[in-house]
Amino acid sequence: MAHAAGVDVGSTQTKAVVLDEARRIVGRALTDTGANVMQAAERAFAEALQDADLREDQVEYVVGTGYGRYKVTFGNTQVTEISCHARGAVHMFPATRTVLDMGGQDTKAIRVSPTGEIVDFCMNDKCAAGTGRFLGAAAVALDLPLAELGPTALRGDRPVKISTTCTVFAESEVLSWVGKGRKIEDILLGVHESIATRSLGLLRRVGIEPEVTFTGGVTKNQAMVDVLAQRLGVSLNVGADSHFMGALGAALFALDRIVAGRAPAAAGGAA
Amino acid sequence: MTATASGIVGRGGEAAGQLFRSWFDGLTAAAEEKRGAAYVFVMGSVTELLRCFDFPIVFPEINSLQTAVRHVAHEYLNEAENYGYSPDICGYVKADVAVQLRRGAHPMGRIPKPALAVCTNACNTYIKWGEIWERMHGMPMFTLDIPGSRGAGVTSAPGSEDFERERAYVAGQLGELITLCERVSGRAFDIDRLREHLGHANTMQAAWRELIDCNRSRPAVFNALSDGTIYLGVANGFRGTAEGAAFFRDLLEELCYKAANGIGTVTKEQWRLAFVGVPCYPIFRRFAELFTHWGGVFVNSTYLWFASGGSHVDFQYDLERPLESLAAGVLRTVRAAMDSMFFQAPSLAEMIDPFGIDGVVFHPIKSCRTVSTGLADTRRALMALRDIPSLFIESDLMDRRVVSEAQLKNRADAFFEGLAARRAQPALAR
Repeated sequence: MAHAAGVDVGSTQTKAVVLDEARRIVGRALTDTGANVMQAAERAFAEALQDADLREDQVEYVVGTGYGRYKVTFGNTQVTEISCHARGAVHMFPATRTVLDMGGQDTKAIRVSPTGEIVDFCMNDKCAAGTGRFLGAAAVALDLPLAELGPTALRGDRPVKISTTCTVFAESEVLSWVGKGRKIEDILLGVHESIATRSLGLLRRVGIEPEVTFTGGVTKNQAMVDVLAQRLGVSLNVGADSHFMGALGAALFALDRIVAGRAPAAAGGAA
Repeated sequence: MTATASGIVGRGGEAAGQLFRSWFDGLTAAAEEKRGAAYVFVMGSVTELLRCFDFPIVFPEINSLQTAVRHVAHEYLNEAENYGYSPDICGYVKADVAVQLRRGAHPMGRIPKPALAVCTNACNTYIKWGEIWERMHGMPMFTLDIPGSRGAGVTSAPGSEDFERERAYVAGQLGELITLCERVSGRAFDIDRLREHLGHANTMQAAWRELIDCNRSRPAVFNALSDGTIYLGVANGFRGTAEGAAFFRDLLEELCYKAANGIGTVTKEQWRLAFVGVPCYPIFRRFAELFTHWGGVFVNSTYLWFASGGSHVDFQYDLERPLESLAAGVLRTVRAAMDSMFFQAPSLAEMIDPFGIDGVVFHPIKSCRTVSTGLADTRRALMALRDIPSLFIESDLMDRRVVSEAQLKNRADAFFEGLAARRAQPALAR
């Protein structure tokens, strides 16, 4: 049985997914990217292979994606994470028309057609406000583990106003709210609302059409899912593997190559 | 004589380079002789008229972009910012301020001081920019107020009463400008010289329209972003001159030859694109390569419309009535330039089929709100008119501090992946 893999080298974390021919996920791995991007890609791929109980030579095609995609030196080709997140989202939730991917440094709003092709996309520009890094800055400022941000925010009921301008300034804003004696729960709820506001701006630029699928590392944060759903007025598609959506999309493109004998990127002429 | 590829292909680019060097050599000589220049802008330069008074012609916008293309813009921008100008204002203005502070020192030579400046209301920054020179040099600035299109692109039609009223309004201002030019230059206005310059401008304007139309051919014969910008420099700098007219006659011959012989501007044309906005001059070549790498060619560009001062409109001066016709021409071309910035969507939609356009790239820039504000809305309006993929990327025309190449590349790559998927879709459906 043929296998294909996708390796998504993000700014914060690197994800790898191995698929079998029936498009089932048989292996997955997640690791911090760190300073050595190439090693992170290799490590994630090796761990995903281990999870799938496969050897490297049993994977016929590998697609690299994410900002470090050109560092997936063992890969066969590269596809942008924009295409990969859209592909993964439509595969996992076929009625998807809008994708919101929230990663470490990027937030992407992507609109897809009923046939799954990308109609439009939009990303944060020149600033990490409205991305996972924004949550990271709040976690540092409040000395809380990242995983506790969501549960803590869910206990808030009177969110403070946090500006959406700059991640670095947000950190000092958080501290100033602490200084004013506001509850940590309300401050964190404010942080989540600030990110949601920014994301909604991006989504509106591409046009919001249900179903909306939420992807990326921040999908693990239930408070973010709830705040976004409330603001959008629709529930969001989120699955256990939403964090791996980019890598899943890359693996699907790799499988295409195996099945059809051609890679999606090759159709455009660049690698 | 039979044209050959070795003798004709590429000569336009070389000739443009020579003309540019001769222009700046002339400006350097004028600066050394302390001859005052006419400072003008690409939208409404009225150089046909100003040349009648033998002013050396200076386009500060072109001077500024040259500092970016030559990778020294940051030195000029920093100098102006150290002098007190904000990082958030027009990069062209700041680079020019530094040129003035450096007493005309420029990478291509020396720029003479202004004897007068002429601007229009096509760009709101022009007027504030001119006021800087007034303060620095104590020379007069003349502002032509050109009635633009009204809301939603409603324009007075040539021949209508409204148009005639607007033309007369412009003609009155041109009369005042002639009086000012006579006073500043010490030369009397000669209508036959104006007629001569208008004749050359007619040749250039007709050629400009034909040149743009040449790119309907497959493969495209020039890249509207890279080659087109070079041609644009000659169109502005040599407007109304015999050299400019000769350049465009030769250039058209070259482009027609390429079209007839199927000689494209890239090795393998895969995607035909339209560009909306202003080029990214700090990485001018690499920016174009983001697209040519995928076989993408810009076959048309709104920059060729508005930065040519509206030379893409179908207008020829009536040499029997030079002054009246000059007013009509200024009105129509400057208005067309403004429409190319503010009411683009219908024109973009109209060119998609004749130019065989696969996608439209919108490029707003940080330091020019005039041309960038509204591009997001224009994109939406275009998408409502036509089912055409588009890309929206932001950078700057001068300031490399706000140009993120990695982000630009990521978006361009995703755009082409989308185009490829779209092209593959009908095949998959079969």
